[in-house]
Amino acid sequence: MKLVIAIVQPYKLDDVKQELYAANVNLITVSEVLGHGRQVGVDEYYRGVKETGNLLRKVQIEIAVNEDFVEPTIKAIIKGARTGKIGDGKIFVLDLPRCIRIRTGEEGSKAIG
Amino acid sequence: MGTTPAPQLNDGDISWVLASSALVLAMTAPGLALFYGGMVRRKNVNSILMQCFMCLAIVSVLWVVIGYSLAFGPGHGWLGQFVGGLDWFMLHNVSMYTPEHWTSDPKWDPTTSYGSTVPNQCYMIFQCMFAVITPALVIGSFAERVKFSAWVWFTVLWLLVVYCPVAHMVWSHDGIENHWGVLDFAGGTVVHMNAGIAGLATALYLGKRLGTDKPGMHNVPFVMIGASLLWFGWFGFNAGSAISAGALATSAFVVTNTATAAAAISWAACEWIFTGKPTLVGACSGAVAGLVAITPASGFVDVGGSLWIGFLVSVFCYCMVAFVKPKFGYDDTLDAFGVHYIGGLWGALATGLFAVKVVNSAGSGVFDGNAGQFMTQAKGCAVTTIYTFIVTLIICFIIDKTIGMRASAEDEVIGLDLSQHHERAYTILD
Repeated sequence: MKLVIAIVQPYKLDDVKQELYAANVNLITVSEVLGHGRQVGVDEYYRGVKETGNLLRKVQIEIAVNEDFVEPTIKAIIKGARTGKIGDGKIFVLDLPRCIRIRTGEEGSKAIG
Repeated sequence: MGTTPAPQLNDGDISWVLASSALVLAMTAPGLALFYGGMVRRKNVNSILMQCFMCLAIVSVLWVVIGYSLAFGPGHGWLGQFVGGLDWFMLHNVSMYTPEHWTSDPKWDPTTSYGSTVPNQCYMIFQCMFAVITPALVIGSFAERVKFSAWVWFTVLWLLVVYCPVAHMVWSHDGIENHWGVLDFAGGTVVHMNAGIAGLATALYLGKRLGTDKPGMHNVPFVMIGASLLWFGWFGFNAGSAISAGALATSAFVVTNTATAAAAISWAACEWIFTGKPTLVGACSGAVAGLVAITPASGFVDVGGSLWIGFLVSVFCYCMVAFVKPKFGYDDTLDAFGVHYIGGLWGALATGLFAVKVVNSAGSGVFDGNAGQFMTQAKGCAVTTIYTFIVTLIICFIIDKTIGMRASAEDEVIGLDLSQHHERAYTILD
């Protein structure tokens, strides 16, 4: 089992969701995050005073998947989120030791889907 | 010095028109600003508030320097039926009333030209607020995708080349539509149809926003506060347009409130019927549609007429934004066209139907035995629609080919607040 974490542009979220559904990945968690990578944040001004290094809004998507679904999930996210410009985001894939479905108490692969 | 007696100023009238001017100011900022601001995605809310606020500032300056003269000043020659001259440049002679300035021709006496009991300057500042809100209404159609610099130029050019002539044609003494007998009490044609059709032209010229053509509603309570302030300020807009504090202002006040209430009810009812649940934004949109529709009729119709106008306008506007707009696919972001043009059109035509002499001896409609008024209204609507649509497209073209109209794709994605103003409205972290 893996946990796929993707940080993407907020306006690409709908595209990513569509691609994930097309790849039969239907369970996702989405949260709003702030950050910047190589795309540095935009400066803000307060009454003429510059405030640098501000963070940009991004969307973080978390998806827990079985091994078979890791590659399709990554492909779907890339397909949905890529524009080719700086700021498209990153995907992290982490090992996932345990997964428990609260309602039934099921564990492991069965609990993920 | 003329032979006719000098007009008598009336303190009550002056008080009401000045108070109305302040009420109409509140319609633009914060009323319209919040109404529109709540309906955009939160990365763009400042850009809307900034445009509405700066519209108030820019137009206020333009108006006293040249705008009032172009719109309401005496015209010259053939052109005079379309636009005023520069006689009142820098408010030259548009003074507070002083008896020694009184001339025998009250129509063009620069001291008391519009409204016989208030100084010309009082009427001027009242009209200033109308000139402020009209370009601000257009913002709704091109929201979320225009560069701030382009917007500044658009507003300046549009005010001078579109608003002033249209106001002159309908409202000034020598305006062509005024001579035809077009009835527009408080600006259904001049303000709302005008802004709505200009909005459509800009939306068509610019194309859709990137990745969406739906409103990104980020703060519904803002929308409700904004709509309520519009309703509040609109009493100045309509009842103030009587330019007196008498029975006509009272009647306009009553029908404005009635039509607005009826329209809020019928929009909510439309939603209940077509989508299952009434929404707050729907009720607010209905109220605004009702305010728009009653505007040209407010000084001419009685309560019965205002109920028809109010109940029906939401049906028309709802159909426009819910069924027609998706079919055509233009991105009129906040429905300035769907609500203000369609509502203004219905109001202008309905004035020709429901105007009654009992309310105002200046106008009667079809149901009052004046069958020709409907066609007169239609003619007025056609002139505004065609003129404004074409000239607005030309303005867009000129700005686009010189400094560029649309924000870059990257700026649009980041949001206009950060990209155009280096200032965001909200933080996620402290």
